[in-house]
Amino acid sequence: MMTGASKSKPPLLREDGKRLDGRAFDELRPLSIEARVLNDAAGSALVIWGKNKILAGVFGPRECIPRHDESPYRAVIRCRYNMAPFCSLEEHGRSGPSRRSQELSKVISEAFENVVIAESYPKSAIDVFIDVLQSDGGTRCAAVTAAAVALADAGIPMKDMVSAVAVGKVEGHLALDLSKEEDNWGDSDNPVAFASRNGEVLLYQMDGQLTREELDQAMTMGMAASKKVHAIQTAALRRVYERGGEVSVPLYLTPGEIRQ
Amino acid sequence: MEVQEELKHSQLLSMLASGKREDGRDMLTYRSISLQRNPLQNAEGSAVCHLGRTQVLAGVKIDLATPFPDRPEEGVLSTGAEFSPLGSHLFEPGPPRVEAIELARVVDRGIRSANMIDLSSLKVEGVTKVKAVYVDLWIMDHDGNLFDAAMLAAVAALANTRMPKMEGEKLVRGEYEGNLPISCLPVSCTFGMAGNTYLLDPTLDEEKGLDGRFTLATTPDFVCAAQKTGWKGVTQKDIMEFVDISFKKGAELRRLIQQ
Repeated sequence: MMTGASKSKPPLLREDGKRLDGRAFDELRPLSIEARVLNDAAGSALVIWGKNKILAGVFGPRECIPRHDESPYRAVIRCRYNMAPFCSLEEHGRSGPSRRSQELSKVISEAFENVVIAESYPKSAIDVFIDVLQSDGGTRCAAVTAAAVALADAGIPMKDMVSAVAVGKVEGHLALDLSKEEDNWGDSDNPVAFASRNGEVLLYQMDGQLTREELDQAMTMGMAASKKVHAIQTAALRRVYERGGEVSVPLYLTPGEIRQ
Repeated sequence: MEVQEELKHSQLLSMLASGKREDGRDMLTYRSISLQRNPLQNAEGSAVCHLGRTQVLAGVKIDLATPFPDRPEEGVLSTGAEFSPLGSHLFEPGPPRVEAIELARVVDRGIRSANMIDLSSLKVEGVTKVKAVYVDLWIMDHDGNLFDAAMLAAVAALANTRMPKMEGEKLVRGEYEGNLPISCLPVSCTFGMAGNTYLLDPTLDEEKGLDGRFTLATTPDFVCAAQKTGWKGVTQKDIMEFVDISFKKGAELRRLIQQ
């Protein structure tokens, strides 16, 4: 566990060569998704991925306010990524959008502009609100994954599903789905969102250093992993119609407890 | 919106005249309530209150902070509320609006006046810093009576808050020593007023037709916070009836937190 006092890089691999949480390099953290967890939102999803707990709610298509944001040709897609002040193990956060969260909101919105069939709803807005209730590294990928399920749950027409995963480099090895320590102290981080059917990259950011070959291999690893994420997303959507009953946010779930 | 409120108001009055509510409850019955305790791990304390279709999350963070200059020996309690735009089509992103500020202040008053947390126990010996308790109320689903749901979530979260271990003058994150000491469990009851009658635990639909609301927070022995909202005037007799009901219902709510 990282403490406020430690400033120097901790070891990121165990003596047996595995990652700190015991995962192999191509292994995702436990992931569970529950769709339709909110009553008022048109669509919603809770993603619990490792220790990340991300809630997404979708409203719309609805009147676009302020009006100068609207387009005569298509619905505007506005995603808002927001971190709760209690989401981190460290100190209490400030409320309101940070520079980081504004940037993430922008690139997440742009990812969905590609797949949502927005031309059907001119002069309207589709709002996707994403709250990070608990953060553990990889929140933007979990946010995109949650937003995609919430949009589908809301019945928004989409050409494709969007599934995201981060690929990084840890102690010289390419590794999937970086944990918080690996993200903080690793050599590279590449969050990628894929359109599941045609494999197009809809969101891509990168920091750190990778060779040309490593970047190519990272994309291949990410693509394979996004198919696993996609399977869990579609299972969550299917479960909405099998489940019925009262709607609530099952924040207490730990991955594995969810029926797959 | 005014037309809708007018219609809701007359509909509500005619329902109440026949002694009924839209969801079939009688006037002084709460919707079903359930609490999830500590569903989060990074926050030192957390709880979700489900009150009918209303869902409120409370998160508690413990930090070190500089005390207020006029209270150098006391810890800090700070309460905030976020009407997350995913919680209702009525909520918009942006800085907290007056309703969110009011909610946070009413819950803060209930906790503070009840002396639920002994702030003098949050002084850190030997340094100028004190421990700060940050309570954040996150409205995830708004179907009315946010005050009571937020109060239940906040108090349940505080009653399940772990204290981070201290090492010298620093907090060690992820390691804990004991729980936040609490002395009692304040709870609130909110009455909706319409015409010359009142009802407990209004839904959002009922709130739209109400003339006003009256919230009372109580401990087993004391009334510890109150808020009257809306234009409707109340008589002393009304208030005393609210007090009597609040003590009785408060005991039931407190049992839910203790379970």
